Amino acid sequence: MAHGHKSNEKVVYVGDSRVKRSNHPNIPPDYTSFPGKSEAFIPNFLLKEWMVGCVVLVGFLVWTIAEPAPLGYPADPTNAAFIPMPDWYFLFLYQFLKYPYVSQDYILLGTLGVPGVMFGALMLAPFLDTGKERRFYRRPIASSLMFLSLIACIYLTIVSWDHYQHTLEANGQIPEHHEREEKAREAAEAGEERPNYTKPAPVASLVDADDPAMEIAKQANCVSCHAADLKGQGSVPALTGIGDRLDKDQLVDVITNGRGGMPQFKDQLSAEEIDQLATWLSKQKVAAE
Amino acid sequence: MFKSVYNWIDERLDITPLWRDVADHEVPEHVNPAHHFSAFVYCFGGLTFFITVIQILSGMFLTMYYVPDIINAYASVDYLQHQVAFGQIVRGMHHFGASLVIVMMFLHTLRVFFTGSYKAPREMNWVVGMLIFFIMLGLGFTGYLLPWDNKAYYATKVGVEIAASVPVLGPYIADFLYGGDIVGAQTLTRFFAIHVFFLPGALIAMLAAHFIMIRRQGISGPL
Ligand code: HEC
Ligand code: HEM
Repeated sequence: MAHGHKSNEKVVYVGDSRVKRSNHPNIPPDYTSFPGKSEAFIPNFLLKEWMVGCVVLVGFLVWTIAEPAPLGYPADPTNAAFIPMPDWYFLFLYQFLKYPYVSQDYILLGTLGVPGVMFGALMLAPFLDTGKERRFYRRPIASSLMFLSLIACIYLTIVSWDHYQHTLEANGQIPEHHEREEKAREAAEAGEERPNYTKPAPVASLVDADDPAMEIAKQANCVSCHAADLKGQGSVPALTGIGDRLDKDQLVDVITNGRGGMPQFKDQLSAEEIDQLATWLSKQKVAAE
Repeated sequence: MFKSVYNWIDERLDITPLWRDVADHEVPEHVNPAHHFSAFVYCFGGLTFFITVIQILSGMFLTMYYVPDIINAYASVDYLQHQVAFGQIVRGMHHFGASLVIVMMFLHTLRVFFTGSYKAPREMNWVVGMLIFFIMLGLGFTGYLLPWDNKAYYATKVGVEIAASVPVLGPYIADFLYGGDIVGAQTLTRFFAIHVFFLPGALIAMLAAHFIMIRRQGISGPL
């Protein structure tokens, strides 16, 4: 040891403190007494390490600039189409729990049984593998168990990732953070502002609420589905702000011929009335406020 | 000037042995990649530590802007990513660093395993290492929720549902993590507290134990 204290050393305290008077020569020990080419940690070894560390750090910085960290759309608990996906290092477990005999009725085996035994064994490895031998090729049981587990984890991770890619493809989805990036790029190319998902969509209110067209809307019972203030209800869309989405011709078409759950009105309303309604609805813009 | 300040402090507190102990410990030939290139496997522990430090530093800067409530969390991350100067870099370092630190930790664990370094007298260090391993996974899990986007939300939901399926303890774990019946406002503040205070505190304590044991025992000898 470099700083062993001799037992017969006279202890000298500094003032009335318990710190002993320092008598360290401040000379690093001579490593020739160690076998091989040992060197001191600081500065000899650490300087070399730091040079490697700097290169790694610069590489890392370049990576973060080239590849922005992903961000999807704000969490929406009602979004049923979203495919849940944990971070990559949990995939092996996630995939494992999809197999029969470790899920559903056997979930106990999947959550506690197998992982418990595996991680338990890993944790207690020093007490299970107590032989003196350290080289892995002389410890066939421990090494092969580890190799097998490794291969299993890598396999499960790849299967899980593949499965995710296939589901995305089958549903015609792309991961949200890609979509978001894509839209931001398109907006930038078109010279527009980046779409902002953090502000709630501005709530549109009725423009020209006392226009005679509103009377038609009431009489034709549009309000029974689209609600009294035309703000929509349930799965029926709002008609406030509709002018931002559809132009007058499209509106005429939807009202005349219907669409999906929307009934057609060509028998109940005259062409003039539909025209009047559509003209008024096409003025329902958020920006008009 | 520096030297006289140093001497003034050293005279009173005798700080020299503290750092000399770290500085003077020897790096034996069989773990030094400068002598045997294959010894780079012994660097994974140090690299894990290097990236852990990056995680802690970048995380500290992220909390200057991040707001842990369900209305503002996403907006604050969005703001960090796009408006704050160097925000993209800091967030990127923390995001990709989280994966990198886990890769390095896996590699370090494998090095220790295949060199049989966990054997006597280093059993306790292996067990502490495994605790660090679980803490790291916990940090990954809790951090994933914080941006509050769909990916975060649904991964957490599924994760906690899996934990809840454990008999007897499951519902308690789910209750503890959710702070209610759903992934919601309470869940986010809990995950934030766990990610930023509880687990890093535990991690630092464990790392201290890890390093003290390594210094006392020295690195395992050549194979
Ligand atoms: C039976 C209920 C019902 C009534 C009555 C009704 N609508 Fe609709 N309307 C719907 C539904 C449902 C949709 C959504 C259709 C779809 O999913 O494509 C819709 C869609 C629309 C749309 C297109 C909205 C969009 O966002 O694309 C317009 C415009 C519209 N209705 C106008 C009217 C007008 C004007 C009237 C009155 C003359 C009326 N609706 C009466 C149920 C109704
Ligand atoms: C944040 C995570 C960790 C950090 C920063 C870390 C750091 C280190 C460092 C710097 C060393 C010195 C030798 C080397 O660099 O290889 C070391 C040794 C060791 N580590 Fe870790 N470690 C971590 C996690 C783990 C884990 C997960 C395990 C295993 C379960 C583990 C088990 C050990 C053991 C047994 C030694 C002694 C090896 C020997 O003497 O040869 N560590 N660790």
